[in-house]
Amino acid sequence: MDEVKALVNGLANKHGRTRESLLPILQGVVDKMRYLSSEAMTEVARELDLSAAQVFGTATFYSFLDTQPRGKYVIRICKTISCDMHGKRDVLQTIEEILKIRIGETTSNRKFTLLETNCLGWCHKAPAMLINDEPYTELNADKVRDIINEYIRK
Amino acid sequence: MNEKTLKRVDIIFTPEKNYNEVLERTFRRPNSDILNDILDSGLRGRGGAGFPTGMKWKYTADQESENKYVICNADEGEPGTFKDRQILTQVPYKVFSGMAICAKIVGAKEGYIYLRGEYKYLQAEIEEELNIFHQTLDKLKFHFRIYLRMGSGAYICGEESALFESMEGKRGEPRNKPPYPTVSGFRGQPTVINNVETLVYAMMICDMGPEQFKELGSKDSRGSKVFSVSGDTPIAGIYELELGMHLENFVEDFGDGDTKAVQVGGASGFCVPRKKFSDTIIGFEGVPTGGSMKLFNSSRSMYHVLQNYLEFFEEESCGQCTPCRVGCQQLLKGIEAVKKGKKNSAYLDRLIRLATTMKYASKCGLGQSVGNSFVSIVTNFREEMIY
Repeated sequence: MDEVKALVNGLANKHGRTRESLLPILQGVVDKMRYLSSEAMTEVARELDLSAAQVFGTATFYSFLDTQPRGKYVIRICKTISCDMHGKRDVLQTIEEILKIRIGETTSNRKFTLLETNCLGWCHKAPAMLINDEPYTELNADKVRDIINEYIRK
Repeated sequence: MNEKTLKRVDIIFTPEKNYNEVLERTFRRPNSDILNDILDSGLRGRGGAGFPTGMKWKYTADQESENKYVICNADEGEPGTFKDRQILTQVPYKVFSGMAICAKIVGAKEGYIYLRGEYKYLQAEIEEELNIFHQTLDKLKFHFRIYLRMGSGAYICGEESALFESMEGKRGEPRNKPPYPTVSGFRGQPTVINNVETLVYAMMICDMGPEQFKELGSKDSRGSKVFSVSGDTPIAGIYELELGMHLENFVEDFGDGDTKAVQVGGASGFCVPRKKFSDTIIGFEGVPTGGSMKLFNSSRSMYHVLQNYLEFFEEESCGQCTPCRVGCQQLLKGIEAVKKGKKNSAYLDRLIRLATTMKYASKCGLGQSVGNSFVSIVTNFREEMIY
């Protein structure tokens, strides 16, 4: 709790305490914690003098502002048409096999969360995915196995 | 590959190292001269809607306000579009320069780039480049600052008024129009909001003059455009081509020899089937596009394509207005029911009526354009929807 408090306080000092600061602050919390806990959202509401409902309502609008607990590495695999046409299913299946989780789930050690997302803007190098902010493109089963294994070792 | 029929253009991605000279030259000219050049060039917005850029700037310049804003819309979310990222990566100073020139004309002191969350890996780099750019502006004694704001994974925030809402720290729900951004945009102030590519063309028109730009393209679609080419093509990528080209020529250059349809303008655009390639022009007089050109060959199910688009819209609809929120759900459920045989084929006609209603009744461009892909795919590939 104190950690969250300090984080939110620091972000408010950096971005300001107006309504306009809300998104950058929420983004900052997600950067550090990978998701917005109710404690974090309540704390943001207190810092910015907003109602918790306003913070929650804003956060839940944005698909990258997760309000569910997420792993340290959030994998978002693109499900839009080009990636779908170019072997996204193989890539997804490989990740599911390695991590033993399905879409929407988090590994029991809280290290990985697997999600689908809409067009990432890499259609010419499909299929693509993000791990946190980092894009990975032109994936296939072998390539994604190497990438995920590298993250497992981290 | 055979010899290419389409002329390749090189304006957007030419080296940008002389950008400060262009700024210096342009800053010395009277605003009305610059504005006339932009108007004369015929430049229209490259994000998809195609509003004349010079008019947008003029309307904003005509407003009386101490606080005006220039916003670069880099929330490139349309499926199949990926050119803005490349522009921001390769020639960022051209984008910033376009914003600064616009700021001079309209009288803005602050500018913002709204970058989609999916491109967050570029954030640090752009911020660093902005610092350098600000030093250039200081040397030229021009008082203007550009700030970077990040999106967080919401397609609708590419809609200009939703983008303002998002920048103001709210849910990205589109506003009613009018008032238009030129009168009341970000923070309720007069605002120019342009696509990344539009800003670069504006800057390049200041560099090379409107004549060279005007020579390219057609009467209604002056100049060139950056296209994002993907799908069933051996040469997917980013290409700058003249507007007003025939789709047939495009397919000759980019197709894999078996192209059965091209989706022009992404999920919110139009699907053109093979039999219409020869009489389809890519431009504002024909089928307009924000740049997305997606090719499908005969191995692809157009039902599957449409289903994918509708799943996209159903998720990305902001849910604010009923025609769009419920319409997207019902269109998706409807085609699935027809495919499974739970509804007969005549139900497709009811769905087309629903899509048409959405076009007129939805509040913003999202709901209004779902019908573009829906009607064009269902009409041209009806049998694939049923069997």
